[in-house]
Amino acid sequence: MAQGNNSIKKVLIVAFSLCIVCSVIVSTAAVALRPMQQLNQELDRKTNILNVARLYEPGMDVEEVFRTQITARVVELDSGEYTDQFDPDTFDGFEAARDPATGRTLSGDRDIAGLTQVENFATVYLVGDAENPDQIVLPIRGQGLWGRMMGFLSVEGDGNTIVSITYYDHAETPGLGAEVNNPRWQAQWEGKEIYSEEGDLSPEIHLTKGGASNEHEVDALSGATLTSNGVTNMLQFWLSEEGFAPYLAKFRSGTEPSDAEDTDTDFDDVEGA
Amino acid sequence: MADVNAKGVLTAPIFKNNPIALQILGICSALAVTTSMSVSLVMALAVIFVTSFSNLFVSLIRNHIPSSIRIIVQMTIIASLVIVVDQILKAYAYEMSKQLSVFVGLIITNCIVMGRAEGFAMSNTPGMSFLDGIGNGLGYGFVLMVVGFVRELLGAGSIFGFTVLPTIQNGGWYVPNGLLLLPPSAFFIIGLLIWVLRSVNPEQVEENEFKMKHNTKPKEAV
Repeated sequence: MAQGNNSIKKVLIVAFSLCIVCSVIVSTAAVALRPMQQLNQELDRKTNILNVARLYEPGMDVEEVFRTQITARVVELDSGEYTDQFDPDTFDGFEAARDPATGRTLSGDRDIAGLTQVENFATVYLVGDAENPDQIVLPIRGQGLWGRMMGFLSVEGDGNTIVSITYYDHAETPGLGAEVNNPRWQAQWEGKEIYSEEGDLSPEIHLTKGGASNEHEVDALSGATLTSNGVTNMLQFWLSEEGFAPYLAKFRSGTEPSDAEDTDTDFDDVEGA
Repeated sequence: MADVNAKGVLTAPIFKNNPIALQILGICSALAVTTSMSVSLVMALAVIFVTSFSNLFVSLIRNHIPSSIRIIVQMTIIASLVIVVDQILKAYAYEMSKQLSVFVGLIITNCIVMGRAEGFAMSNTPGMSFLDGIGNGLGYGFVLMVVGFVRELLGAGSIFGFTVLPTIQNGGWYVPNGLLLLPPSAFFIIGLLIWVLRSVNPEQVEENEFKMKHNTKPKEAV
C-alpha cells in the first residue's frame, strides 16, 4: 500500500467516491426490482387473506380463488357503512391515514395501538356471498415490540366469533414474538368471541398470561410480553368504536351494512343501542 | 498465503481449509438457516455471491484503500452487495426471502465474508480473490448442505421438500426427530462433521495447548 493513501485528502476522496458508487448500485437495485417486489407482496397479501379465512391450500391458484370467493369492500369506519368513494383494489389504508381528508390524528390516550394517524375508511374482505358473508376479514395493524405489525383478523358472519388471525408484515423476534404466525398459536383463536354483551361496542377479547379461561381470552405468547401487549392493544383499538365496532354491530344485530348512497337513518341508531 | 494457484484457491476451502469446519467461522447462520435444504441452498448461493464479489471489488481497489479506513470500506462494499442480494431475493424468490428473513441481512456480519476480504483480497489480485471468494462460499455452502440434509431428512422426513420418509403425522411410519428442527441440533451435526473431516485430514488437528495430567497417582492401597 502506497504511503500517500493515508493523507486526509485521499481518505476523503476514497470514502466519498465509494459512498457514491455503492449508493448508486443499491438504489438502482431497489428501484429496478420494485415492481416485481410489489407483485409478490400483492400475491402474498391475497394468500394471507385466504389463509386467515382458512381457505388456503398449498398449490392452489390464489388469484382465481380470490377472484371467485372474496369480495373487497371499503367501509366507512365511523358509520359502519360501505362506501363506493374508493376502489377497494387500490385503496391503501396506510396512505389514507396520512391524508387529512381521509384520516385523523389520534391523541395520546386514545392511541392505544401506537398508530398516531388512522384512516377513516378501511378495506374489508367478504368471504362467500357478499350480501351475507360466511366470514369477514378485517385488516389490523399496530405497534409490536420492534415495529409496526400488519395483519388480518377473520370474523364469522355473526360479527362476533373469531376464525383466525395472521400477521403478514412484522419485525418481531424470531422464536418469541414472531410466534404470532405459529399455526398452533393461531388455532387457539378459533371460536373466541370479541364482545361479551349484545350491543356492546367495547371489545372484550385480549391475550392473557397463565392460560386462557374463557371465550374472550387467548393465551399470550411466552417470552414475548410486549408483542402480546401489542396484539391485545391493536385488537382493542380496531374492534372498538374507533375501528370496526360500528360495522360489526350491524352483523351482530342482523342488519347488514348497506351502501352509503341509500343509507337508512335507522342504521345510525345501532351505535346507541 | 504461500501458494496462490487458481485450483488450490478455489478448492482448498471446501475440505482442507473449510471456513466453518476448520476456521469455525459463520456458525451462527449455519445454525439458523439449515432446517431445510432449499433454504440452505439459497443461503449458500447468496453467501457465494457476496464473498466472491466483495473479494473482487475489495481487491480491485486494494491499492487505493487507506489503511485507516479499510475495515469500513470493506464493510460498505459488503453491505451494498448484501442489500442487492436481499432485493433480488425479494423480487424473484419472495417465499424464500421471507423464510430467510433477517439472515440475508446478517450476511453482512458473517465473519467469513469480512475475513476473506481482509485476509485475502487486500493482498491478492482481483482474479484470485474472486476465486477465493467462490471457494470459501462453496466451503460454507458444503457444510450448510450437509447439515441441511441431515436436519431435513431426520427432522421432517423430506429432502428439498419431497417426502422421503413419510411421517406419522401424514399417515406414514416415520416419527420425526423434533430436536433436529431446532438450532442446537446443528451444533451436533457440525461437530460430527468436523470430526469426520479431521479424521480424513489428520493434519487439521491442532496440537494440544496443554496436556492433562492425572491428578492422583495410582498406588496400592495400604
